[in-house]
Amino acid sequence: MTDLDQQAHDIHAQLPDDADVDVDEIIDRLDTLVNQYSVPTEEARRTVMSSYLEDTDVDAADAQTDNQQIDIGEINQPEQWVDVTGKIVELWEPRSDAIGQVGLLGDETGTIKFTAWAKSDLPTLHEDRVYQLGSVVTDEYEGDYSVKLNRTTTINELDLEIEVGDNTTEAEGALVDIQGGSGLIKRCPKEDCTRVLQNGRCSEHGEADGEFDLRIKSVIDDGETVQDVLFNREATEELTGITLEEAQQMAMDALDTSVVADEMRELTLGHYYRVTGPIMGRYLLVNEMEQITDQPDHEELLIKARSM
Amino acid sequence: MSGNVPMREVAQRAFATEFNDATYTFRESDEERAPVYVLLPTGEKANRVFVVGTLTETEDVGSDEEYWQGRIVDPTGTFFVYAGQYQPEAAGMLRETDTPAFVAVVGKPRTYETDDGTTNVSLRPEHLSVVTEADRHQWVVETAERTLERLDAFDDPDNEYAELARDQYGAMIGKYRETTINALESLEKEQEEPDEQF
Repeated sequence: MTDLDQQAHDIHAQLPDDADVDVDEIIDRLDTLVNQYSVPTEEARRTVMSSYLEDTDVDAADAQTDNQQIDIGEINQPEQWVDVTGKIVELWEPRSDAIGQVGLLGDETGTIKFTAWAKSDLPTLHEDRVYQLGSVVTDEYEGDYSVKLNRTTTINELDLEIEVGDNTTEAEGALVDIQGGSGLIKRCPKEDCTRVLQNGRCSEHGEADGEFDLRIKSVIDDGETVQDVLFNREATEELTGITLEEAQQMAMDALDTSVVADEMRELTLGHYYRVTGPIMGRYLLVNEMEQITDQPDHEELLIKARSM
Repeated sequence: MSGNVPMREVAQRAFATEFNDATYTFRESDEERAPVYVLLPTGEKANRVFVVGTLTETEDVGSDEEYWQGRIVDPTGTFFVYAGQYQPEAAGMLRETDTPAFVAVVGKPRTYETDDGTTNVSLRPEHLSVVTEADRHQWVVETAERTLERLDAFDDPDNEYAELARDQYGAMIGKYRETTINALESLEKEQEEPDEQF
């Protein structure tokens, strides 16, 4: 095989499967550039590659040929071209015609949202199956990461079982703050809209009656780090012992919803808690909690202090 | 990733003995709303602290307006908290809480100079709440741990706040090791108490 043949095969291998190009055509183009126009081989290769990628609507500068295979839990930068292997945990209903498939992809280190564009015309992914996805692009929105599949993405189904991890984190410390928007709140009743109403208005849908809900946005602090912590309705009820019904009754009796947050402050501020749950953006979403009442061990500290 | 939201300051843990010695204050930027820090003698800046102790006395020391003073005792000394009209929640708690009681305070350190020229350090509460003996125990151990960590790091060559503490207070940190040991020993005595009845 000549050097040009080898180059042509390399280029062919790196093009998306659906790029309608055969190796002979690539050899012709390379030959023209190198032998007729004296273009250096490397430059010719780049030119040919970029001309094909233009046809397949990918920015040539971004189409890296040797992406890093990366754990899903490690994704922490937008606009990176990476390869991931994961299981389709869930498929969601696309909200727009532009989206072919959308859902949740997971590996041992965590889960991440994925989006496949309709125009990319990719093979259909199935729930609970494991795929090796080559050349996906990371994206970020308000601190949440996702990956986008595109025309150049390669999809290989693997005969492999993956135990999907859930980014679970533990935080332990004193509850030092309960923030605004906590307590008894109202959410927009429009389908697929869960925005919290401000003075009876949804920022998207305007004036609305709203549906009552409970939540607590708080801060847990151990003197070294601070962690924003979000308790949903269920977790709030467990933390405070106040149910949604009781909270509504309290608000009705007082003709004021803020009495609920006040009561919750009194019940929780300054106590020590241990909470676990996945991290989404800046918040830890509480799945499990316990108030710390066991006596911490001070013997070791005493030994350390005496020996200093 | 955190966008434009400034990072919330950690609430530092320090025993009363050390806190009351933290008389040196400074800012780290010239901006008008830049936070004011007190310098802990063991070499850390504190713009917010978390304290758990026993509220032993409350008194309205205001003249025209209500201005509540509370004394909160830990194993090493006494914290003074002051809450007036701008801290209505905490002032209400000081007015209504029966002493003695275990309380937790999240607050900002404040310094003021007395007539005789000494500087006193007090606490302006953001929150003040009644807690349990378990929380107090947790706090003593946690505060001992954080204090020992600061003492451990005091001689690190790149510890700028230890450097500053050395300049401002001298390296008189042995005292804080002593009070930390005393605080931890006081927990042992409390645990032994039930046995002494036999």
